Amino acid sequence: MRKLIFAAFLSSVAFAGNAQAALNVFACEPEWGALASEIGGDKVSVYTATTGAQDPHQIQARPSLIAKARNADIAVCTGAELEIGWLPLIAQQSANAKLLPGQRGYFEASSFVQLLEVPTRLDRAEGDVHAAGNPHIQTDARNILLIAKPLSERFAELDPPNAAAYAAHYADFAKRWNAALAKWSAEAAPLKGVPIAVQHAGWVYLFNWLGLKQVVVLEAKPGVPASSGYLAQVLDTLAHQPAKMVIRAAYQDGRASEFVAERVKIPVVVLPFTVGGTDEAKDLFSLYDDTIKRLKDAVKP
Amino acid sequence: MKTSIPTLCALALGVAAVAASPATAAGDEDLAAIRQEMKSLRGDYESKIRELERRLKKAEARADKSEAAAKNVSAAAAENPVPAQPMADALPPPPQPPAAPRAAASANAFNPAISAILNGSYTASRRDPALARVPGFVLGDEAGLADRGFSLGESEVAITASVDPYFLANLIVSLGNDDSIAVEEAYIQSTNLPWGFTAKLGRFFSGVGYLNEKHAHAWDFVDAPLPYRALLGNQYGDDGIEVRWLAPTDFFLEFGAEWYRGDSFPAGNGEDNGAGTIAAFVHSGGDIDDSSSFLAGLSFLHTKALDRDTGGDLFTGTDGLGIASLVYKWSPNGNPTVTNLVVNGEYFFGHEDGTFNGVPVDTDRSGFYVQGVYQFMPHWRFGLRYAELETDAPPALLAGSALDDFGHTPQSLSALLEYDTSEFGRFRVQYTLDDADLQTDSQITAAYTVSIGSHGAHRF
Repeated sequence: MRKLIFAAFLSSVAFAGNAQAALNVFACEPEWGALASEIGGDKVSVYTATTGAQDPHQIQARPSLIAKARNADIAVCTGAELEIGWLPLIAQQSANAKLLPGQRGYFEASSFVQLLEVPTRLDRAEGDVHAAGNPHIQTDARNILLIAKPLSERFAELDPPNAAAYAAHYADFAKRWNAALAKWSAEAAPLKGVPIAVQHAGWVYLFNWLGLKQVVVLEAKPGVPASSGYLAQVLDTLAHQPAKMVIRAAYQDGRASEFVAERVKIPVVVLPFTVGGTDEAKDLFSLYDDTIKRLKDAVKP
Repeated sequence: MKTSIPTLCALALGVAAVAASPATAAGDEDLAAIRQEMKSLRGDYESKIRELERRLKKAEARADKSEAAAKNVSAAAAENPVPAQPMADALPPPPQPPAAPRAAASANAFNPAISAILNGSYTASRRDPALARVPGFVLGDEAGLADRGFSLGESEVAITASVDPYFLANLIVSLGNDDSIAVEEAYIQSTNLPWGFTAKLGRFFSGVGYLNEKHAHAWDFVDAPLPYRALLGNQYGDDGIEVRWLAPTDFFLEFGAEWYRGDSFPAGNGEDNGAGTIAAFVHSGGDIDDSSSFLAGLSFLHTKALDRDTGGDLFTGTDGLGIASLVYKWSPNGNPTVTNLVVNGEYFFGHEDGTFNGVPVDTDRSGFYVQGVYQFMPHWRFGLRYAELETDAPPALLAGSALDDFGHTPQSLSALLEYDTSEFGRFRVQYTLDDADLQTDSQITAAYTVSIGSHGAHRF
């Protein structure tokens, strides 16, 4: 019996992480998991800690996440306090010093782009505010490329024998991504200047990229669901400044946006927000294909 | 005899690992610091050049728009990490990498993270809480019922920070409603041990059971379930050492061993050179599917007592307590923001062996609780809890003493309604039909619990 248990234990150790892969990647959000796969290719084994159906602010430090973090060589995360409610606990409980902030095994995507909406006032009375700025950087496709390069360099630093492969994957990815960016800007041209209401202020980067205009946010304070009184104010604003649609991320509760959309007779557009958020958003490329398609469908007369 | 070997091994491992890591890492540390400095210098330089290049490009673009646009596209495809301007000039500029890494400059940048938990309650009960007993069980100091009327609960101040690259330190001071100050937890914990080891030294709550390690403010119900009250004095915490090992398996598998001074109930007046209490546990868990996950545990706590005084009753002997724990959490697609369910239960089986007021005792005890809390809409949670205890009849000489259960099975049933203003503000009302004592009591408690400051995440 004891032998059997030992054998079972050994085999489970052997299957922890991909034996062929040089780097075990713990990706906090699906977009970074997808990017790590693009840059790492077959040299890395990627575990994505969250799905498109989950709110990345509200993840529990589940046992499964701790077990995966235990064997990771690098954590690829948004940073900017997005994961503050769960990642520090996972890094600590997994007893994996490589993943602690400041270590080379902690890759913070948000430190490679310019953050927007940096708050001037830090107080929990303002709701769920992020001191470093708005962390939802993946909604601008151009940011992905800014992060891809340092990620390929970090992979190369942690795994020097495969440095050439990471550089080659990056070059190939950059080529495909630039072509896609050109395509997306052409496709999104009709969206320029379109006024939009949003459920959570998570889209500033997308609007910055495609030139959409945010008219009103359905949350009075970030992360705090709106009261009916505030929604009445929102309706008032929309009466004076009509919006073409209300957008929300796939993981968000739809009630507030449906309430507003029904009254001002505009469509609710559910955007994937990240890879896997909708059935169509299968990878990084289809994520933006689907986002632009859904926005365009809503402005069609 | 049997118990001392794993304890010694755990201690030796912990001490050896703690002692070894700073020595070997010191040289690497210097090198790493120099490398880091060079890198940041290079980074500054590079970013300045990039900035100049960008300006140059802009100027060129103004001079000859069409030519520059063509050049931009080809350059970006090859090397430049900054993507080519994808849209017409009217749009805002593309995002840029920050010019320099963000840095904190002030002198208080090294201040530790400080948080405080405040709570208060109003309790009404049919019977006087000061007279409450659990027949068959002696209770530790902390295990009494809440006072009637308004009262300030224990306020907690927590201070935590990294000591150096090898340790973090955590201090939690609790301020009682009688103006007493107590050190609830004060420990240092390794952050840099290899092979999945973590060591903790100081005063802390034991990792046995499921609720024990959590702070009272993080419990779903306002008070501890009956077995925790009767068998662990609400929560077992003491001065000692803990070593944990997280197995490198694909699922969660964690082993822990602890060695304590042995001063807290059910231990008392620590024997064996002040190290008479040991604990060991194994935790395992994982995801069942996208929506549900579980954590199971098996723990053992062995305590020694020498003239342990509970309300004038003296006990000398040993107490062995096993705990089997199971926690199940569910939320639709793993997203708990709208609805979620937490169910947990623990079974306790113990044996007390020694002399009680000079009379030899040899008693088997057991108990369990099971509880479920369901968030039925954002901000609102509803919960139910049932708990029960069982003990052997005492020897004839102790008939009528605190160890006599009078043939009664202590039970309690609680219902909870909770409203959260945010994750930092909780308001709870709990009703308990308390059949722990020989006469049935009922209590109703309304309580608030808030946390301010940089409050860390809660365990699963």
